[in-house]
Amino acid sequence: METFLQQVINGISQGSAYALLALGYTMVYGVLRLINFAHGDVYMVGAFAGYYIANNDAVQANLGASWMTAVVVMAGSMAVCAFLGILIERFAYRPGRGNSPYTLAFWLAIVGSSVGRMVGGSTPALLAGAAAGAVLGVGLDRLGIRPARQSSHLTLLIIAIGVSLFLENGGQLAFGADPKFFPEIIPTRRIQLGGLTVDSQRLTVLGVSVVLMVLLTLIINYTKTGKAMRAVSFNLDAAKLMGINTDRIIAFTFALGSALAGAGGILVSLLYPRIDPLMGIMPGLKAFVAAVLGGIGSVPGAMVGGLIIGLAEVMAVGYGQSTYRDATAFVILVLILLLRPSGIMGKRTSEKV
Amino acid sequence: MKLPTFSSSVLLLGGLAITSCSGGGGDAANEILIGEYGSLTGTTATFGISTKNGIDLAIDEVNAAGGVLGKQLRVIVEDDQGRPEEAQTVVTKLITRDEVVAILGEVASSRTLAAAPVAQSNGIPMITPSSTNPKITEVGDYIFRVCFIDPFQGFVMAKFAATTLKVRNVAILTDVKNDHSVGLTQVFTEEFGKLGGRIVARESYSEGDTDFSAQLTSLRARNPDAIYVPGYYTEVGLLARQARQLGLDVPLLGGDGWDSPRLTEIGGPAMNNSYFSSHYSPQDTSQLVRRFVGQYQERFGEVPDGLAALAYDAAKLLADAIARAGSAEPAAIRDAIAQTKGFVGVTGTISINAQRNADKAATVVRVAGGKLEFVETIRQ
Repeated sequence: METFLQQVINGISQGSAYALLALGYTMVYGVLRLINFAHGDVYMVGAFAGYYIANNDAVQANLGASWMTAVVVMAGSMAVCAFLGILIERFAYRPGRGNSPYTLAFWLAIVGSSVGRMVGGSTPALLAGAAAGAVLGVGLDRLGIRPARQSSHLTLLIIAIGVSLFLENGGQLAFGADPKFFPEIIPTRRIQLGGLTVDSQRLTVLGVSVVLMVLLTLIINYTKTGKAMRAVSFNLDAAKLMGINTDRIIAFTFALGSALAGAGGILVSLLYPRIDPLMGIMPGLKAFVAAVLGGIGSVPGAMVGGLIIGLAEVMAVGYGQSTYRDATAFVILVLILLLRPSGIMGKRTSEKV
Repeated sequence: MKLPTFSSSVLLLGGLAITSCSGGGGDAANEILIGEYGSLTGTTATFGISTKNGIDLAIDEVNAAGGVLGKQLRVIVEDDQGRPEEAQTVVTKLITRDEVVAILGEVASSRTLAAAPVAQSNGIPMITPSSTNPKITEVGDYIFRVCFIDPFQGFVMAKFAATTLKVRNVAILTDVKNDHSVGLTQVFTEEFGKLGGRIVARESYSEGDTDFSAQLTSLRARNPDAIYVPGYYTEVGLLARQARQLGLDVPLLGGDGWDSPRLTEIGGPAMNNSYFSSHYSPQDTSQLVRRFVGQYQERFGEVPDGLAALAYDAAKLLADAIARAGSAEPAAIRDAIAQTKGFVGVTGTISINAQRNADKAATVVRVAGGKLEFVETIRQ
C-alpha cells in the first residue's frame, strides 16, 4: 500500500508536467483548430533558457542558490517562451491564415544569414546575407505569392511540423547536441510522511503547476482578454464581427501557452536535470495524447488528461516493464480514439460539410 | 555577376574532390594511418573524449620518440555520436576511404559489436580499449581488446559485495537497451548467488530515460542492502539523485560504465558511498602510472579516467605490435597483436590470450566527496 501511494506521488508529479504542456496544445487548438506540433520544442527552449539564466554570472553573483534564483529562472524562461510563441505565431502560422507580407522575408533572411556566414564567415557577411534574403522575400511576395496566400488546415499542420524541426535542429546548432545538466536551483529536502517520502523538488513542481493552472483558469474565465479568447474559440468570424482583434487574441493565446510550456520545461528540469535539444519530442507527443484524452479544446480536460497519462506511465513501469513506459501513452491514445474520440471532457461535435 | 560565382563554385567542388582523393592512403613514404572511432558527442560523450585524449597522448609519445618503423603514426578520428549504426558507417569509411591499417575503438560494447564485423570482413585489425562484452572478440580473429571482460567484472563486484561490503540482499537495475549492462547483470546474479547472496528485486530502464522514481520505489519496498546498477554515468548520476530523494540511502554498485568525470558532476553528493569496478586507479603509485597521470593532467587539465588509461594502453600496444611486425601490413599487425605477452601498461600487465582478450586484474573504486578512492585489487 505504501509503495502504491508512493507511486501515486511519483505519477502525479510527472503528470502535472504533462498537464502544463497539454494546456498549451488545448488552448491553441481551441482558438485555431491547429495542433501546434512545435509545442514540445518550445518546452525544450524553456529548459535551455532556464539553464542559461541560472548559470549566468550576474544571477549567480547576486542571488546564488536562493529562492529568488528559482523565481528569476522561472519568470525569465516563461518570458523567453512567450516571446518565442508570439514569433512562431507571427512568422509561421499567421501567413497560413491570411495577410502577412513580411513572413517570407523573415524566413529568407534566416536562410540568407546562414548562407552569408558559411560563405563569408564574418558578421558583415551574415548581415549582408540576411538583408539579401529579406529583400528577395518582399520581392517574391509582391510578385507571385500574394494571390495564393490563403491556405488550408493541412498547410498549417505541415508548417507546425516544419517549425518543430527548425527548433530541434536550430537548438542543436545553438546549444550543442551534448546533454547539459540543469543546476540544482532549489535545495533538496526530504519530507517524511509515514512511509512516504516527498522531496522539495516534487512539492515545488506540484505547487507551481497548481498555481499556474488556477491563474490560467482565472485569466480565461474572469478577464476581458479571456472572454475574447473564448469568443474566438467559439467562432472566429463572429468574434471578428464583434470588433475583437482576433490576430492579437491568437498571438496572446500562443504567448500564454508557450509560457506554460516554458514553466513546464523548468519544472521537469528540476526533477530530471538532464536537458538536450531533442528532449521536447517525447513529452510533446505525450502531452498531445493527454490533451486528446482530456478532450482537445477543453482546459480542465488537459489537466485531467496530463495527470492520467503521468499516473498510467508510472504504474506501467512500477508494476510492469520499464520498456512499456513510452508505449503506455500511445496505447491510451489508440483506445481513446476508438472509444470516445471527443475525450473525457470534450464536446461531441459533428463536422459540417 | 553570375559567371564568376558559377566558375568559383566549380573550382570549389574540384578542390573538394582533390582533397578527398588525397585523404586516402596517406603519405605512404613517412606515415602510418590508424583509424579511431568514438562517441565525441551524445549521452556518452566523455567516453569518446577521454579515449581520444588517451590515444593522442600515446601516439604523440611514440612519434616524439621517432615513430614506428621509421614512420610517424597518424590517427584519423571519426565521431559516431554514440549510435551503433553510425559506428558501422564511420568504420566503413575509415577502412574504404582513408585506408587505415588498424582501428582503435569503441568504448560502448553495443557500438563495438556493430562495427567489429566490418573490420573483420575487411581484414583490418581492431583493438577496443574498453568494450567488455564477451561477444566482441568472438566476432573474429581480427578483433582484440586490452580490458577485462564482463564475466570477470561481474565476478569482481559480486565478490566485493559479498566479502568486503558483506551485504546479503542486493537489488539490480539494468539498462535493458545496453548489451554491457545486460551481460554484467547476468554474471553478477550467478556469482553473487554462488557466494551466498540473494537478489531481492530486479528492475530495468533504458538508456536516455530521465525518470527512475517508479523503479526505485518498487526496489525500496524490498529493503535491499545495496543496489547494483551496471549502467552508464549519465543515467546512474540521475538515478542516484532520485534514489536519495526517495530515501534509498544504501550503497550503489556499478561497473566501468560509471567511469567518467561527469558522474559526480551529475550525481553530486548522491554518488557518495558508491563503488564500481574499474580498470585502474589514478592513485596507483607505480612510476608508469604516476608519469601518465602527470602528463595527462598537464595536457588536458583533469585526472585521467580508466577509459583514458585503457585508450593509452591500446594505442601503445598497437604501436608496439606494428614495430614487432616489422611491417604496416594489416595481416602482419594482427599476428603481432595476437602474440603480445606481458605488455606493461598503466592499467596493468597485459597478455593477449587465445580468445584475443586481455588477462589482467581489476580495481574497485569508491566515490567520496566528488573524488575516486582506491579500495582494492581483485584477481581471477
